[in-house]
Amino acid sequence: MSLLDDFIVRAALGGVGVALAAAPLGSFVVWRRMAFFGDATAHAAILGVALSLALSLPITVGAMGVALLMALAVSGLSDRRVALDTGLGVMAHASLAVGLVAVSFVEGVRIDLSAYLFGDILAVSKADIAVIWGGGALVVAGLAWRWQSLLTATLSEDLAQASGIDPRRERLLLTVGLAVVVAVAIKVVGVLLIVAMLLIPPAAARPFSRTPEAMALIAAGIGAASALAGLWGAFVFDAPAGPAIVTAAALAFLLSTLKRV
Amino acid sequence: MRLIAARGLGVRLGALQVLTGVDLHVDAGEIVTIVGPNGSGKSTLLRSLIGALRPDTGAVVRAGGLRIGYVPQKLAIDHTLPLTVGRFLNLPKRVSRAVADRALERAGAGALWDRAMADLSGGQFQRILLARALLNAPQLLILDEPTQGLDQPGSAAFYRLIEDVRDTLGCGVLMVSHELHVVMSASDRVVCLNGHVCCHGTPETVANSAEYRALFGTGTAGALALYRHEHAHSHDHACGHDHARESA
Repeated sequence: MSLLDDFIVRAALGGVGVALAAAPLGSFVVWRRMAFFGDATAHAAILGVALSLALSLPITVGAMGVALLMALAVSGLSDRRVALDTGLGVMAHASLAVGLVAVSFVEGVRIDLSAYLFGDILAVSKADIAVIWGGGALVVAGLAWRWQSLLTATLSEDLAQASGIDPRRERLLLTVGLAVVVAVAIKVVGVLLIVAMLLIPPAAARPFSRTPEAMALIAAGIGAASALAGLWGAFVFDAPAGPAIVTAAALAFLLSTLKRV
Repeated sequence: MRLIAARGLGVRLGALQVLTGVDLHVDAGEIVTIVGPNGSGKSTLLRSLIGALRPDTGAVVRAGGLRIGYVPQKLAIDHTLPLTVGRFLNLPKRVSRAVADRALERAGAGALWDRAMADLSGGQFQRILLARALLNAPQLLILDEPTQGLDQPGSAAFYRLIEDVRDTLGCGVLMVSHELHVVMSASDRVVCLNGHVCCHGTPETVANSAEYRALFGTGTAGALALYRHEHAHSHDHACGHDHARESA
């Protein structure tokens, strides 16, 4: 019997995998104030879930596709300087609502919706782990490859332009990365809590960091520790695992604010 | 040596025609300052020159392989982004500590390497931005209102610094400023912009031109005189074109 046959080991691996990929991407989400953008992308994924169920596609494929479409649409809007706040709010919640309605129309399957909204980490399979680590590795590799340019474009788009960097290209990379992370993280924390895994670990890492790299690394540590602590808490207190992971991260954030005082 | 030139530059942003028929050039070793009221297209012009905006008409011609050092108007670093001065200078290209230290020294910011960007004073911050622009030994330094938020002695010191840099590196300098009197005393040529080039020439020529006075009032000529210890009170029309026709 291999280690991966144990569902708790698979759950831990899935949670840690998502946390490691979410940390560097989430750092950019924090620095660029893209939290609402992340929400819109994540909420759109539920529509992708509905489509996947209806068309008998793998959930990850449908979720990634719709999340990517939403992210590109929103990114295009921000280029045109539409009132972004309202626009994002409308799109985020409309896609969530439409997705939920669509899921209810899918015939023949009795679906536990909460598995997609809040994750179902204890049901993570070996294939899921491969998807999470594969997608996560892709995102981390992409960020590492463009790290310097991404940081420059985050500081100032004009500064980037003057250095021969196209800020739109860098934004596209983050947009695609976001869609991938959302898609692979659905199983672990669900569409409603993905943004929490993107935001909270970097926010908790901020007081301990002097450089962007340190912040991303510390965020990865805090995220991974939260995943493990959350799983443990879920067992001990018989709580839902996804929300327990986010609760653990939130506690880490609370502790980190003490550093500032 | 001609470093950069704009020929008949026209830029439209949305429904607004921001720039029309702008001609401008900068040669090696000279300091050219763009002055103009708010909304006159100064920043738009600079952004077109660095390639951040594509002009709708006309063209920007750069000397082959031109190295530009750019100091942006403002850089609001989000407080969630931890950044030391040393890390900032390594963006987007990694530089050796020796090169970075030389640039810091030249910008008068020698001892700030380990400081967090968020903890710098306004004057220190501008010097770091300047140091960063000097890293690649630029042939052309472009500064967009580099002394915004500095007090008058602070900005006077900063402009002297720019002159020093020009003298040591022999680079051309193109900058935008609001502070007419200080800037004009430190400039070789001044371009007065208001959607189009109203007038241009030496600081005295521009300060005395009717177009410049129409935009900024006559008081500024006195201020210029104060700084240069010269009298620029003549009322010659120094401008090459008929201005009344344009406003009609």
